[in-house]
Amino acid sequence: MKLNHTYTYSVFRFLLLCLVICLPMQSTAAPIATASQNELRDKDASLLLNELITVKSTSDKVNLINLIASSDLSQRVAVLEALQAGDLYYTKKGRQLVYAHSNADGYSAVAVISGEDLGVVGSRAVRKISINNELRTVLRGVLAEIALRSDDTAVRLQAAKNLVRSPSPEFLHAIERALLMETDAKVIESLRLAAAMVNLNSDEQVLRLEAIESFRGTLDSDAMSILAAMQLTDSDGNYTEKDDLVRESAAAVLKEMRSEAKIYKLIENTFFGLSLGSVLLLTAVGLAITFGVMGVINMAHGEMMMLGAYTTYVIQLLMPNYIDYSIIVAIPAAFIVSGLVGIVIERGIIRHLYGRPLETLLATFGVSLILQQAVRSIFSPLNKSVTAPSWLSGSLEINGALSLTYNRLYIIAFSLIVLLLLVFLLKKTFVGLQMRAVTQNRAMANSMGIRTGWVDALTFGLGSGIAGIAGVALSQLTNVGPNLGQSYIIDSFMVVVFGGVGNLFGTFFAAMSLGVANKFLEPFAGAVLAKIFVLVFIIMFIQWRPRGLFALKGRSVED
Amino acid sequence: MKTKSSIKAFAKHSSIVLAAATLSLSASIAQAADTIKVGVLHSLSGTMAISETTLKDTVLMLIDEQNKKGGLLGKKLEAVVVDPASNWPLFAEKTKELLEKDKVDVIFGCWTSVSRKSVLPVIEELNGLLFYPVQYEGEESSKNVFYTGAAPNQQAIPAVDYLMSEGGGSVKRWVLAGTDYVYPRTTNKILEAYLKSKGVAEKDIMINYTPFGHSDWQTIVSDIKKFGSQGKKTAVVSTINGDANVPFYKELANQGLSAEDIPVVAFSVGEEELSGFDTGPLVGHLAAWNYFMSADAEANDAFIDKWLAYIGDPKRVTNDPMEATYIGFNMWVKAVEKAKTTKVDKVHDALIGISVPNLTGGVATMLPNHHLTKPVLIGEIQENGQFDIVWQTEAAVPGDAWTDFLPESAKLEADWQNPKIMCGNYNTETKKCSGQNY
Repeated sequence: MKLNHTYTYSVFRFLLLCLVICLPMQSTAAPIATASQNELRDKDASLLLNELITVKSTSDKVNLINLIASSDLSQRVAVLEALQAGDLYYTKKGRQLVYAHSNADGYSAVAVISGEDLGVVGSRAVRKISINNELRTVLRGVLAEIALRSDDTAVRLQAAKNLVRSPSPEFLHAIERALLMETDAKVIESLRLAAAMVNLNSDEQVLRLEAIESFRGTLDSDAMSILAAMQLTDSDGNYTEKDDLVRESAAAVLKEMRSEAKIYKLIENTFFGLSLGSVLLLTAVGLAITFGVMGVINMAHGEMMMLGAYTTYVIQLLMPNYIDYSIIVAIPAAFIVSGLVGIVIERGIIRHLYGRPLETLLATFGVSLILQQAVRSIFSPLNKSVTAPSWLSGSLEINGALSLTYNRLYIIAFSLIVLLLLVFLLKKTFVGLQMRAVTQNRAMANSMGIRTGWVDALTFGLGSGIAGIAGVALSQLTNVGPNLGQSYIIDSFMVVVFGGVGNLFGTFFAAMSLGVANKFLEPFAGAVLAKIFVLVFIIMFIQWRPRGLFALKGRSVED
Repeated sequence: MKTKSSIKAFAKHSSIVLAAATLSLSASIAQAADTIKVGVLHSLSGTMAISETTLKDTVLMLIDEQNKKGGLLGKKLEAVVVDPASNWPLFAEKTKELLEKDKVDVIFGCWTSVSRKSVLPVIEELNGLLFYPVQYEGEESSKNVFYTGAAPNQQAIPAVDYLMSEGGGSVKRWVLAGTDYVYPRTTNKILEAYLKSKGVAEKDIMINYTPFGHSDWQTIVSDIKKFGSQGKKTAVVSTINGDANVPFYKELANQGLSAEDIPVVAFSVGEEELSGFDTGPLVGHLAAWNYFMSADAEANDAFIDKWLAYIGDPKRVTNDPMEATYIGFNMWVKAVEKAKTTKVDKVHDALIGISVPNLTGGVATMLPNHHLTKPVLIGEIQENGQFDIVWQTEAAVPGDAWTDFLPESAKLEADWQNPKIMCGNYNTETKKCSGQNY
């Protein structure tokens, strides 16, 4: 296979060279003598790059990419990066290679070779230079090799990591050269790993054993994969790895790596549980106010979250150039939008139904359907795409076996902040005092001169507003569509009931324990059964303690 | 005297009124006889509205276009649109309403398998005609239903073949991930049997089901990551439905699993779904369909232009079930013209063997088992929400109602043309029809 590649590679290169040399001779035989070296270089470049348009098969494209990467063309990095990002196109008329970015009217195109700005072209006037996963792997490798020479440590680190994932003997020389110059410890570690990945395929046993030894303690998943591959047998039961010594030492290192990875798996699972718990907390904490504190069974709670998510979408539409900050703006905006809608619902419907829980349930269910259909009519039933800001994407890599995704980390922190702010508001402010007074004893509060109706509206608005904030967070995790709220409403009620109605800390403990329990059950039972188990558990628990984990004690008036 | 004249006047008046009434009645009868009624049974509200509304618009566009061409058999087509509201039992009720009250000649409708299953007894009892435009799990052939979407051998199995091939990455280890309902369960059962027949060991197949609208994929993606780091090239075959896809792909991207490492091939992600996604994390992942909007064919360009003009929004997309609706509609029109009537039995007989052009530059033929011949395409998701077609079958694949890879189905055959068989579940061993068409 390897031989075959190098063969086609050389044939291809030869043909290309012929092309470069012969073509100018035929067409412009006279000027070639006077052409300066520079012009020749430009022609050379355009010929090589324009091959990208004509070459169709994947293997030819691989060769061409390698050829461009090893050339000294000034545009090579830009071209290869554009190719990887899918921004490299050619014009149907004139067959000119262009960088193109899509915008509202079509594509803004810039010619690759001449650098000329072609302005905006229609979307059907250009065609993309298509690439597939194999080419992406190759590009990742060649670009990483080039990036190893960057001055930026972060770029070099990423490049070294990419080389680990696309090991190829052609990069070995570059890796070793980079190792000599490198000063950053993390980059050195990744480079060593990359070198070991390449050496693992060498012919010398010593090099291979050395490579395997160097994997000890790294926990890199690619390294584990490659070691595991050495333990495979073919259909006759023979090992595919013929060298026994290499295979056995690989097995030993792999065993060590796996047992160490198990511990991190446990930590990872706890993190998953906490992050699920924090999502539950966010969605339930608003309900803990409206249902827990006020006693209103609000079936439209999920739709308040949906409104919050749509607010995020609208904010992103309004500030398309500042996506990274849109979430920050969306949080207060969603709070206000959902809060206001909540106040309108309370004043318009719910206040006429206090003390009649069944009717409240039905009325708010009706409101939820109205809100859903309204969103369908305004925004269409299709889901809307909310872009994740760059600081919410990717993961924090602790080591090869454990990485924590940023969006989950932020949501854990965010849910805790929301909870603390809410507790502060209820316990330490005058408005909070009034809210508690009204919910504990309406008649008494009224006679003390508190405008109970006004406080009711405010409390309901607060609960709804927090649901709106939860919607902002959910827009980063799931779809923004008319049905967003429905998938969370049951879970929210579950958390509030389990935690004990009217107790915010109960809600917190309930959310976290349900999240962690769910995540530890999931690997054994599967996602569907895990959810059923949790539900059954809660039903049993409520039988035993009807008022939840932390029941409110005191002399609050029961009706 | 006065009374008399008023009575007379009344009589005179009433006779006029009566005459007018009869006139208008006969006029409305004449009107009714002048149109051919086409039922449209797609959810316009509820969870499935997201997908089905588009198909309603497609049918209306096709009817509109046919009327501009002068209608059918000299009559205008008239659409009767009902909304079953994503409520499965309501699909059966609405079908009854369409067939008994509105007396439609044909119905285009349904998306989910459960809605189709709910319609089946009604449409068989009242002898209606349903065109079902969505890819599904197969194992069915009703006399009254024509399946213009893909059967498993026209989507799932070719996709797996592609991934096994060198161009697809020579995949050796498989994750079959799906939403927990009938389509993924049946498809995965078929795929598992197929993979085993190709020599894939039990331990190299991981099957995972999740509830509808599942949004917390952390554990599953982490498991897939672990499953994929066992030294063999791994791919995910996803029958994950609808909304659950976005969080799934986001989690894949966040945990650093790219399409180069573990490609995901999806059977339920099309252009329409992608328009609601932030496509960044999905680029390079695959989907298998019988049609992509990016298909390079003249018929396709014309269809897209018509669709965009009809819907009046240049950002809208076309997708596979729309093509299936287009093929189904054209087949029905052609069959009615051939039969010179809209009577269900005559049209049924005329439909089998009919060929119409599809939108990818080929021809779709209706087979005696009520399924179509279709090309199978594999597309890579692009940043702009379109697919780059990376592979396609050389010839159109005939749809198979009963899969060959499950022992109890392999011996079954559907044939609605051969007078010796004429059923949807002919047992080739006992030479009998079981009567259980679905």
